[in-house]
Amino acid sequence: MTITTANTMTNTASKITADNKKMTKEEAFLNISKIDMAFPTPTGSFTALKDVDLQIKKGEFISLIGHSGCGKSTVLNIVAGIYQATKGGILLKNKEVNEPGPERAVVFQNHSLLPWLTSFQNVQLAVDQVFSKTMSKSEKKEWIEHNLKLVHMDHAMHKRPDEISGGMKQRVGIARALAMQPEVLLMDEPFGALDALTRAHMQDSLMEIQKELNNTVIMITHDVDEAVLLSDRIVMMTNGPEATIGEILDVNLPHPRNRLALAENPEYNRLRSAVLTFLYEKQRKVEVIPTAKTTEKADIEQQKNNVA
Amino acid sequence: MSLSTATINRSTVNEKMMKTLKSVFNKVTNTLILPAVGIAIFLVLWSITASSIHTSLGEFPGPNAVVKQFSALYDEHNTEREKAEAFYDRQDLRNAKKLEKKPDYVVKTRAYTGKETFFDQILTSLITVTSGFLVAAFIAIPLGIWMGLSAKLNSAINPIVQIFKPVSPLAWLPLVTMIVSALYVSDDPMVSKSFLTSLITVSLCSLWPMVINTSIGVSSIDSDLLNVSKVLRLPTFTHIKKIVLPASIPMIFTGMRLSFGVAWMVLIAAEMLAQNPGLGKFVWDEFQNGSSDSLARIMAAVVVIGFIGFLLDRIMLALQRKVSWDKSSVSV
Repeated sequence: MTITTANTMTNTASKITADNKKMTKEEAFLNISKIDMAFPTPTGSFTALKDVDLQIKKGEFISLIGHSGCGKSTVLNIVAGIYQATKGGILLKNKEVNEPGPERAVVFQNHSLLPWLTSFQNVQLAVDQVFSKTMSKSEKKEWIEHNLKLVHMDHAMHKRPDEISGGMKQRVGIARALAMQPEVLLMDEPFGALDALTRAHMQDSLMEIQKELNNTVIMITHDVDEAVLLSDRIVMMTNGPEATIGEILDVNLPHPRNRLALAENPEYNRLRSAVLTFLYEKQRKVEVIPTAKTTEKADIEQQKNNVA
Repeated sequence: MSLSTATINRSTVNEKMMKTLKSVFNKVTNTLILPAVGIAIFLVLWSITASSIHTSLGEFPGPNAVVKQFSALYDEHNTEREKAEAFYDRQDLRNAKKLEKKPDYVVKTRAYTGKETFFDQILTSLITVTSGFLVAAFIAIPLGIWMGLSAKLNSAINPIVQIFKPVSPLAWLPLVTMIVSALYVSDDPMVSKSFLTSLITVSLCSLWPMVINTSIGVSSIDSDLLNVSKVLRLPTFTHIKKIVLPASIPMIFTGMRLSFGVAWMVLIAAEMLAQNPGLGKFVWDEFQNGSSDSLARIMAAVVVIGFIGFLLDRIMLALQRKVSWDKSSVSV
């Protein structure tokens, strides 16, 4: 399924992606093995995903990109264990995944912080649960503070979500997920609701954290630049129903990546245009431009897709 | 030039002052003057209508008669208290004398059995309504949470709730009275039967709003928050304590406030019909008494019942403010 692109910058290719091509299913750290997902609807079963198959290495950063409604979130929710695939399954370190768990921490799109707890307490809830037996009280406190420091939120530890900005809430959400010391970090459009400046800032923070912790990450995004900037591989999904993986693009840009320097980089621009070509030529959404009359129909269509 | 700017400045300063004055004035009008005007108009209309209604017990009481009865009721209460004190003093004295004569005498103390005053009845009613409400809350909130968590249990119990919710306390009362007399048999009862009957009737009627609101509150918790709990694999008890309860506190309190209101209304009716001690019995006794003061005394009770109902709601509101994390959700 991997499209091996004519590689013009072989000398800078990262080790991870070079190894990828040789990866067998048994070697994969996280194996998304031929999953189908069908949702029951009043008019019969709706197949959202068909034969999605992906092997991920430890420490790899994967972006899932595709038009809205193509089932990206469904894939993520299946990996998280919130949904159960109707066919196929998920293997993490060769063990099947069938329920949610802290080793697959999720950063939700709208932060999902408990509004009645402070940033510290929100992270504490996770730490108390995951390290209830392995850490002492003072160790837990230190670990919570360490994680909040990592996302630069130590100054607002004792503020509640309604007292901090959207970007700050998302940071706390990331800190909470990181504090679980997950094997895989799942991020559902983590920066989608943020303004462009805050988003750039958060991406830089994430790269910094990724460099330090070398997490295995699956991130859903709509943002082509974000995908190219952060990922080792970009997984592009076809439109639903029966969505599947269309192409996988290896990003062989050297780390650390700098958004300003990359703007002039031909490889960066080639990757960027490859994603854009996929999204807007190969998988262009054949959608009627909504006018007053068709809007309602389109909305219904949209809702149907959003189920996926 | 400078002169004109000075005038402009002065006029803007004046405008500002006018604005603040206006807002203060508006505030005072809304919170003090308008309610006072409303009450005054009500009192005038009341006294005019009252003087034109003639019943077999005399003229319908106006505000003046009611105020007079208030002080009469207060005086009666004080006299009754004095009598009670005098009784206990006499009893103590008697017992002391007996002990002097016969050292092995077992002291007997008897409670004063005088008539319950208006204020005693208020206290009884308050104790009954609070106990009945607490009993209902202890059943309703856990049940509501459980129903909110389990859609299956909800479908099983919801029809029962919907059917019993509109039942008037008066329909329950005879049944409860008979059941209490049949089952609560004890030589040395901790509480009187009449208290238990009122309590159970109040509980039965105030159960439903709490069950419904709690279950709706719990079942409508944001699915993202539930997913957080799933990812963390929180055990059921921690899940309820850390996620479910805080998230549904506003709805639980809405149910509790509705229930307390219902409980207070039900209690008065139950006391009246079942001759249980309390404000309802006071009203009924006065009605049966049929003196020329009776209507004024009943009217005084009506005003007190209203005030207490209002105060109970305010207390619940204050409690909600203290407990709830989302202060903006707490509204009058």
